[in-house]
Amino acid sequence: MIDFWKRFKQNHMAVIGFVIILIILLTAIFAKWLTPYDPYEMDPVNRLQSPNGEFWFGTDQFGRDIFSRIVYGARISLQVGIIAVGFSFIVGTIMGLIAGYSGGWVDNLISRITDVLFSFPDILLALVIMAILGSSLNNLMLAIGIVYVPIFARIARGTVLNIKDSLYIEAARSMGVRPITILWRHILPNAMAPLIVQITLSFAFAILAEAALSFLGLGVSPDTPSWGIMLSEAKDWMELSWWTAIFPGIAITLAVFSFNIMGDGLRDALDPRLRNEKS
Amino acid sequence: MQTKTKELVRVEGLKKHFKLSGGGLRKEPEQVVKAVDDLNFSVYEGETLGIVGESGCGKSTMGRLLLRLLEPTEGNIYFENRDITTFSKQELREKRREFQMIFQDPYASLNPRMTVKEIIEEPLRTYKEKQAERSKRVQTLLDAVGIPESYKNRYPHEFSGGQRQRIGIARSLALNPKFIVADEPVAALDVSIQAQVLNLMKDLQDEFGFTYLFIAHDLSVVNYISDRIGVMYLGKMVELADSDKLYNNPVHPYTQALLSAIPVPDPTRKKERVMLTGELPSPVNPPSGCRFHTRCPLAQDICKQVEPEWIEVEENHFAACHVVKERLS
Repeated sequence: MIDFWKRFKQNHMAVIGFVIILIILLTAIFAKWLTPYDPYEMDPVNRLQSPNGEFWFGTDQFGRDIFSRIVYGARISLQVGIIAVGFSFIVGTIMGLIAGYSGGWVDNLISRITDVLFSFPDILLALVIMAILGSSLNNLMLAIGIVYVPIFARIARGTVLNIKDSLYIEAARSMGVRPITILWRHILPNAMAPLIVQITLSFAFAILAEAALSFLGLGVSPDTPSWGIMLSEAKDWMELSWWTAIFPGIAITLAVFSFNIMGDGLRDALDPRLRNEKS
Repeated sequence: MQTKTKELVRVEGLKKHFKLSGGGLRKEPEQVVKAVDDLNFSVYEGETLGIVGESGCGKSTMGRLLLRLLEPTEGNIYFENRDITTFSKQELREKRREFQMIFQDPYASLNPRMTVKEIIEEPLRTYKEKQAERSKRVQTLLDAVGIPESYKNRYPHEFSGGQRQRIGIARSLALNPKFIVADEPVAALDVSIQAQVLNLMKDLQDEFGFTYLFIAHDLSVVNYISDRIGVMYLGKMVELADSDKLYNNPVHPYTQALLSAIPVPDPTRKKERVMLTGELPSPVNPPSGCRFHTRCPLAQDICKQVEPEWIEVEENHFAACHVVKERLS
């Protein structure tokens, strides 16, 4: 573990990404103490104020403090990201491992299910699921989670197919290791690298998807401070008041970007074969 | 060395046929690769039985069949007089600790994400040995194969090919097996390292008293380590004898050709080289009769039609060849 951290540290970009994510995480946790105003409170007198000493990021059309809303928005984004991606990673990886390792009709069944899910465009599929389930934060996370299941299932399946014929798997079989142990101890660790990269990418996409669905009015309720909703509302005002759109936009970009570069770093650090090359 | 003690493994009529699926919707006659076709032999306790043959003759398939890593199409494998082909998964799992395998490619047979300690420990963990016991055993095994104990937390990629193969050997010894199938264990190594590993394998056998089935395509390697040698051609055994007998008095024309191909480091010695013509026929449609007749310098009409019997040429020396049989009678 110490070793892993050492290798991760050598990748400066990844560390920057990690630090930004940490900051976003801390902001989300301590939002209550960091925000000068209540993110829900409207203040018609101070509507559409440009950024100044009082309102650091300005105010929106209802006079709500944009800085406070962005800080609270981190909660929604991270929650959606973690839960939705966690769901698709766990479900997708298990499906992929089973499909790849067992083969035969099980593989066929699982692969066809992922094919069907894959044949819809991401946002459209999420829209359909949301339309069926109704809009709420939980359903939003579930919908985004379902949309990304097939990606994980496919990556996991492909990697398993690649790994399961290797000699060390045969060696494990010849020693009488149980299939479930082989999957867990030999196949999963060797299949993790592409999955971790996919986690970070999907995390970024999940944040975007939340923003997009909220922008379309299918996400959380409109008064909730979510980056997507803020952006959606800002579209009517941004020609006059740029700050209403710029700040939530920067927040989304920063979060997505950090997850991507951290993902690259993680992948490199997790591979023992790349170790010692830079030291 | 050759003491005909107890029979450890007996193979009867062992066959492995792989079906080649024809292209999807078209109704094509199903093709079958007869990778291993009707093998009969025994392995005796404490000996090393070498198996040689060209690439694709079914040596490795046979090794995997003996350990039931592949399911045989037909035939029986008796391990200590119990037919392991009838074992249930559970019984087989229990039995696996008694027969192990050493693999050809030490670069692929070790999990790159496990440390040496974890790799050697794995069979012990599988059979639920206690943590303290395991550490002690790992230490003993590393010592036995000559890897410094301080290296135990390193990963496979930090070792050379020879060292990796030693680690693989240590792993296969972890459970004190009775029978080890070594599938070309030195073929992937440098020649300078091969001798080291072979000597190590020999020493370990003397120390722990297990039995080897040693698969190789290099005759000098096999001769060095084996008590008896079996020669395979296209899924069939063509000759089986004590290694001295086989080297000094090969009777099957295929064995003769193989042996004459070994380079002799003596420029003054004139060699009579038995040249083989033609290519190794495809095992999909093996030649009729004696499978070797297409390339055999002595082939006669009968060879094309009738499959030769497995006859005892002299004591403990078997061969399958019409010409040899004729010469005997």
